Amino acid sequence: MPLKIVVCVKQVMDPETPVSAFKIDRDAKRVIPAPGIPPVVNGFDENAVEAALRLKDGGDAEITVVSAGDNFVMDVMKKPLSMGADRMVLVQDEAVEDLDGFATAYTLAEAIKKLGEYDLILCGRQASDWDNALVPLGIAEMLGLPCITMAQKIEVTDGGVIVERAMSDGYEVVEASLPALVTVSNELGEPRYPTLRGIMTASRKTPDIWSASDLGLDRARLAPSLELADLFVPVSDRQCEFIEGEDEADAGRQLALRLREEKLI
Amino acid sequence: MTEILVVGEAANEKLQPVVGELLAAARSLSASTGEEVSVAIPSAGGDEEISSEAIALGADRVYMIRDPLLAEPSLDAQVAAIETACRQIEPSTVLVGRTPAGRDLGPRLAFRLGVGMAQDCVQIELDDATQRVAATRPVYGGNAVARMIFKDANPQIVVLRAKVYEPLEPDSSRKGDVVAIQANLDASVIQTRLVETVNREAEGVRMEDAPIVIGGGRGLGGPEPFEMLEDLAKLLGGAVGASRAVCDAGWLDHSYQIGLTGKTITPGLYITVGISGASQHMAGCSGAKSLVAINRDSDANIFKEAAFGVVGDWKNVLPSFIETVRELVKS
Ligand SMILES: Cc1cc2nc3c(=O)[nH]c(=O)nc-3n(C[C@H](O)[C@H](O)[C@H](O)COP(=O)(O)OP(=O)(O)OC[C@H]3O[C@@H](n4cnc5c(N)ncnc54)[C@H](O)[C@@H]3O)c2cc1C
Repeated sequence: MPLKIVVCVKQVMDPETPVSAFKIDRDAKRVIPAPGIPPVVNGFDENAVEAALRLKDGGDAEITVVSAGDNFVMDVMKKPLSMGADRMVLVQDEAVEDLDGFATAYTLAEAIKKLGEYDLILCGRQASDWDNALVPLGIAEMLGLPCITMAQKIEVTDGGVIVERAMSDGYEVVEASLPALVTVSNELGEPRYPTLRGIMTASRKTPDIWSASDLGLDRARLAPSLELADLFVPVSDRQCEFIEGEDEADAGRQLALRLREEKLI
Repeated sequence: MTEILVVGEAANEKLQPVVGELLAAARSLSASTGEEVSVAIPSAGGDEEISSEAIALGADRVYMIRDPLLAEPSLDAQVAAIETACRQIEPSTVLVGRTPAGRDLGPRLAFRLGVGMAQDCVQIELDDATQRVAATRPVYGGNAVARMIFKDANPQIVVLRAKVYEPLEPDSSRKGDVVAIQANLDASVIQTRLVETVNREAEGVRMEDAPIVIGGGRGLGGPEPFEMLEDLAKLLGGAVGASRAVCDAGWLDHSYQIGLTGKTITPGLYITVGISGASQHMAGCSGAKSLVAINRDSDANIFKEAAFGVVGDWKNVLPSFIETVRELVKS
């Protein structure tokens, strides 16, 4: 029996969008997509796909990628398939576009239930837009699963999972029995690049598209649980004093003297 | 009368520093709502000192949650303990610190109680119009700020970023009650088991406590130049940190990472070399009193936040800077 892995991914605006191109429509309380910069699969979710692929490299596994939204850019969303995932399910519906973490967790948990059997659910540690780190914990709570966050290494044993959790000064080793949910951090290592063959294979695959009604979602549970009252770009009032010198080496010298003058060193 | 409940994380029979910050935030909120401030502490021993400390730091009441399952460190047990306490106490608001445990505990509690939650907040206040809690938090890696207002369901769960609120001066003459709660947890609440903790604490000054931090970025081009940063840090009694690009490249271990998904530093002086100043990096150092940037790109975002800057190649700027610092420190 292959290990059945579900990986949850989110399409987000490119978090490396230059600060100067980051704009907000304050009336609509939304970020305006920067022209010419396509969205990406959330980076930590790619780490989760990589974690799944490593388990598949080391044994028999079947990887299904799940996402919820409406405005998917298919070329972007297919990246996990090009990396080597077997199947993709998109809950694609106006009703599930731009949900908050609670509603997203509900939607994904229902999608995972519909998928049926699973051993391991992997998610990125957080999404780089709202940085909530809420959805994976919610899915685990709703499905009643053990939850281990911040994995930098995942090992599946007979009926269980052993996870190294990245901590700020080292790591913890935590274990649970399967099925379980694990969130993955970038300490796991760079996600692999899709190979040409991977891209060819992915181009022949079409994601399964499910609607909100296919999942029997309760619309009342899709409403946000907090009211977004304002969204704005913070302004910095700091003024940088540029230190110059006869040449760059002299500027370094002048900088030290200036910092001493300010009693900063 | 409802109350504002602070989650009292404790370790080794001591309150975690963040609890003092949460109590300060709770007190400032209670100044508007008139509610009492309480702390719920999953107890693993040392109850007496811990409760006196919590009261001195601003609590009107301390709930000591007792259960045999709390003897071993287990987040599963702590979540269940706090959930039990919330169902008994029915607080209006719950404040959780954004610690490694808190950032998981807050969401799990919210899902169990079926209420909303605001993650990683830097400010809370009572919204005048709705008389509900309004929480402010950075989003989009720090590029934007959101202000969110809780709807009707209680408790309003707020996970508060560490080192934003100043703890109150401890006042040992403050009075408060201590109430025991027996959680009667079922062993099945524990679903994960901690096997081992491996610490890789860096030598010398801890970055989080250092008065001066020297940060290096991708612009340094490799691991070797970090030796110069180490020299500088030694001269100044500071610590070395780095951007995520440096840690992801394997030049330094991830324990050196400063930022949204790394460490938060609050030094008096933060000197960056070859760091562009991405919002996710700035999220970890916005508490630095003075920021200095050495970067060859005059348009780099780091200069928008810096107090002092040199536009130049670090290979030219840094050696003379370090030499001059050495002379100044000696004299
Ligand atoms: C969800 C998420 C979380 C993140 N969390 C973090 C985090 O916690 N911490 C973090 O740091 N990043 C984080 N990042 C990454 C962040 O977006 C940036 O990619 C990263 O901070 C860039 O690192 P850097 O400044 O070292 O590199 P770059 O952005 O590549 O900047 C290098 C700089 O060096 C300068 N330079 C190059 N050569 C020289 C020279 N010879 N002399 C002088 N200057 C030179 C360049 O002008 C440039 O400004 C996160 C990203 C995401 C999406």
